[in-house]
Amino acid sequence: MIGVITFPGSNGDHDALHSLIDDIGAPAEYVDYRQTDLARYDAFVLPGGFSYGDALRCGAIARFAPVMAPLAEFAERGGPILGICNGFQVLTEAHLLPGALLRNETLKFHCFWTHIKIEQLDNAWTAGCKAGEILRLPVAHGEGAFFADDDTLDQLEANGQIVARYCEPDGTITPGANANGSARSIAAVSNRQGNVLGLMPHPERATNELVGGADGVKIMSSALNFLNVAV
Amino acid sequence: MTITNSSKWLASVTVFPKTGVNDPEGEAILGGLGQLGYSEVSRVRAGRIFRVQLTADSAEAALTRANRMAEQLLSNPVIEQFSVEVEPISDQVK
Repeated sequence: MIGVITFPGSNGDHDALHSLIDDIGAPAEYVDYRQTDLARYDAFVLPGGFSYGDALRCGAIARFAPVMAPLAEFAERGGPILGICNGFQVLTEAHLLPGALLRNETLKFHCFWTHIKIEQLDNAWTAGCKAGEILRLPVAHGEGAFFADDDTLDQLEANGQIVARYCEPDGTITPGANANGSARSIAAVSNRQGNVLGLMPHPERATNELVGGADGVKIMSSALNFLNVAV
Repeated sequence: MTITNSSKWLASVTVFPKTGVNDPEGEAILGGLGQLGYSEVSRVRAGRIFRVQLTADSAEAALTRANRMAEQLLSNPVIEQFSVEVEPISDQVK
């Protein structure tokens, strides 16, 4: 069973659940932010949205929700966790992922389709991609500029934790493709072990051609690999 | 700082983006000031101040607690730096 965690203010939880159940065919259900018994779940998705109204900083309050302590233990045991958009922000605030997400360089809310280049396959959520594969996915965020200091960025590069970067449709990494101003064009990072992945684009909103694209299947279908695998 | 017997304190926690962290909000404000004719302004950094009322036995104790709050929640050490000042609150003043 895949758990989609709903915080007060989450708005991508329905999209994630719909994607998992109807497009991927993975059993999934909502997990309330107050829930602390996570024994029945094989993997978790932290959805997009505006948990706690983005009060203080995006994800800063959700980090203290009751579900987060057992979730951190789940991550520690190697359990797969995908943080999408606000879910990514929550995971950085919870120190389950490195770095932080800053206000977009443009100061605008970005809501459009982007391309990302998958650079690392050695993690739970992009193992189904090809090296260098280009995915077309939508973004919808105001605070998506990934930041970490240069030493941390060098470490992330060396450890293979930079999983995807914003790119042109042909895969070229350019400043123009990096609309939000992320350090080194980073769109997705994993933790050291590779079981926790955060990304700003929305793979769960691109798992059916009816909504304009299905490249997100490459990431969301990873959920099928996790079912009934005890962690 | 004057040590008083007051047990109520006002901690002012000032949080700013760290040096090297992009601050597009500050840059936008800089642009606005320029448009208003303040051509002497060369840089603006945007941050915020939290005014936290708390009880503590001493100014030092209040400062210690407010520093912990700033580290744990009010700032994100990855991107922000903070400073804390503490002053006593008189019971007569709300």
